[in-house]
Amino acid sequence: MASQVVETVPENEKPPTLLARIRTESGFLPYILVLPTILLILVVAVYPILNSVYLSFISDPLGATGGAFAGFANYVAAWNDSAFRTSFGTTIVFSVISVILETFFGMLVALLINQAFPGRGLVRAAILVPWAFPTIVSAYMWLLMYNDQTGFISYILQGLHLLAPGSSLIQTTSGVIIASIITDVWKTTPFMTLLILAGLQVIPGELYEAAHVDGCSRWQQFWRMTMPMLRNTLLIALLFRSLDAIRVFDLFYAFGKRSVPSMASQADFNMFAGTNADFAPGIAEAVIVFALGLVISIIFVSMMRGVFKDND
Amino acid sequence: MAVNEEATITATTTKASTKEAVRARRVAIERRARLIQIGRIIAIIIIVLISLAPLYWTFITSIKSPAEATASPPTLFPHSFTLDNYIQDFTSSPFFLLDLRNSFIISVITTVLCLLFGVLCAYALARIKFRGRTLVQATVLSVNTFPFIAIVGPLFVLFTGSFYIYNTYAALIIPDIVLSLPLTIWLLTSFFKDLPLDLEEAARIDGDSRLGALWHVIVPLTAPGVFAAAILSFIAVWNDFIFGLNLATDSSAQPVTVAISLFNGQYSVNYGQLAAAAMIVTVPLVILVLIFQRRIVSGLTSGAVKG
Repeated sequence: MASQVVETVPENEKPPTLLARIRTESGFLPYILVLPTILLILVVAVYPILNSVYLSFISDPLGATGGAFAGFANYVAAWNDSAFRTSFGTTIVFSVISVILETFFGMLVALLINQAFPGRGLVRAAILVPWAFPTIVSAYMWLLMYNDQTGFISYILQGLHLLAPGSSLIQTTSGVIIASIITDVWKTTPFMTLLILAGLQVIPGELYEAAHVDGCSRWQQFWRMTMPMLRNTLLIALLFRSLDAIRVFDLFYAFGKRSVPSMASQADFNMFAGTNADFAPGIAEAVIVFALGLVISIIFVSMMRGVFKDND
Repeated sequence: MAVNEEATITATTTKASTKEAVRARRVAIERRARLIQIGRIIAIIIIVLISLAPLYWTFITSIKSPAEATASPPTLFPHSFTLDNYIQDFTSSPFFLLDLRNSFIISVITTVLCLLFGVLCAYALARIKFRGRTLVQATVLSVNTFPFIAIVGPLFVLFTGSFYIYNTYAALIIPDIVLSLPLTIWLLTSFFKDLPLDLEEAARIDGDSRLGALWHVIVPLTAPGVFAAAILSFIAVWNDFIFGLNLATDSSAQPVTVAISLFNGQYSVNYGQLAAAAMIVTVPLVILVLIFQRRIVSGLTSGAVKG
């Protein structure tokens, strides 16, 4: 049928219009169905991001006399903001260490609870609990334990002479970073564990039996079979975690306050706790966080070409 | 081990000693397996303890008397018991109850909206082939990469300027949709894809329209999935801090996550009240997780594995 039609169409006839093709394929229905979502995303996510980029090139957008094109002045101001410059290093160190630790512990816990055992559901629920908490509330829960006088962790660290008597972890820059990493690892390892666990359970058990018969050690099985088969799951999980880590806000808002901010919390202080003149540099700092996220996304997506192939 | 065993088997001539060797080997293997098992159980217990430790510490801080709560060294098992901190949270901090109410209203409305838009969009993505489908999918996914800090500034300018809704529920519900809509669509799409096509076709042969089939067949049959999406959306919105902090200013819209940060003030911290407030905010989540653990897990992992 189809080939006959093609043969009878004269070469000079125009291809069907877009409208005609839409009608013949599935009508307007899918477009009507996705329209509300697309509109929402455009208004609530895409427009603000683009507007941020625009505002970052405008001088003093909140001021009465402002609104002129300012070139890179706001970015220069962001770079001259020494707190932001420091927060760049802080955020990178936090992101790299916490994502590595979360992947490592996530893998470890997933391997531990991969086999069925009595009470597995309860254990899974218990490790899910930290994941469900608001990050800011988790931060305050840990703050209670980091407290210099009455905190459990400070008490132990003081006892081990890792901390001077009466001092706490969150009084120094590196201490705040360590405290944030600990809290983040505690809160986000469950997410990693669940993703890796789901990836593990897709690997057929016969493969391991075959490897065992062929004399592979458990170590070889892990590196030669488990890891390659988990590759895509791990890459997706790493992408989401890295993007989350680079925009970390709540933890540094609670632990570092104004003295040890992350990039996002420093941008927030400039936008909302500073003067009108600080607003635009704050926006520029937020755009830098966005740009870093873009770079991370591009790196990961280029590493996992083929993962999204089966979407169509 | 294996060489030893072979040697034993070939060297011995009597059946009795062979049996003994085999039994000895089995005992050794069993003992090793048991040791591994015990090690695993200990490791799992440690993991569970670490997971729950901050919750325990918060709980005992919230019920200690002021004298015990400020004593150094801290006590791991409280000697005193008081509910004063909980009562204080509600009586002497009027914003706390109001903000709790705000969080609840905002989370429920946002979740309902996200499900409504999400079901329609996910149905189109999962069941209909159309031009631009991949583009829609990529757009929805890419929202995950947007840092909220780069969204909140322009929204503040908009909500305090030409479109004045600053410090109202709408000012938080609108951006909170970003928090949960991509996740909702991602989940629902994968649940809808899993449903056999025949069921939907049967409904349409019986005279249902496409949307009728969606409403009468697909949504009821994927109800567990829709429910998982609703829980995850509720938790995501309930946990928002950055929008609540910057787009509301007092208890007419401020969420409870911001209320908690107010207990940890610039100049004074009331740890007992802070702990009690943290308990009040997290206990509903703990209960949700315990009841719906299986659904949450299936929801969280469904997209990632299938890609």
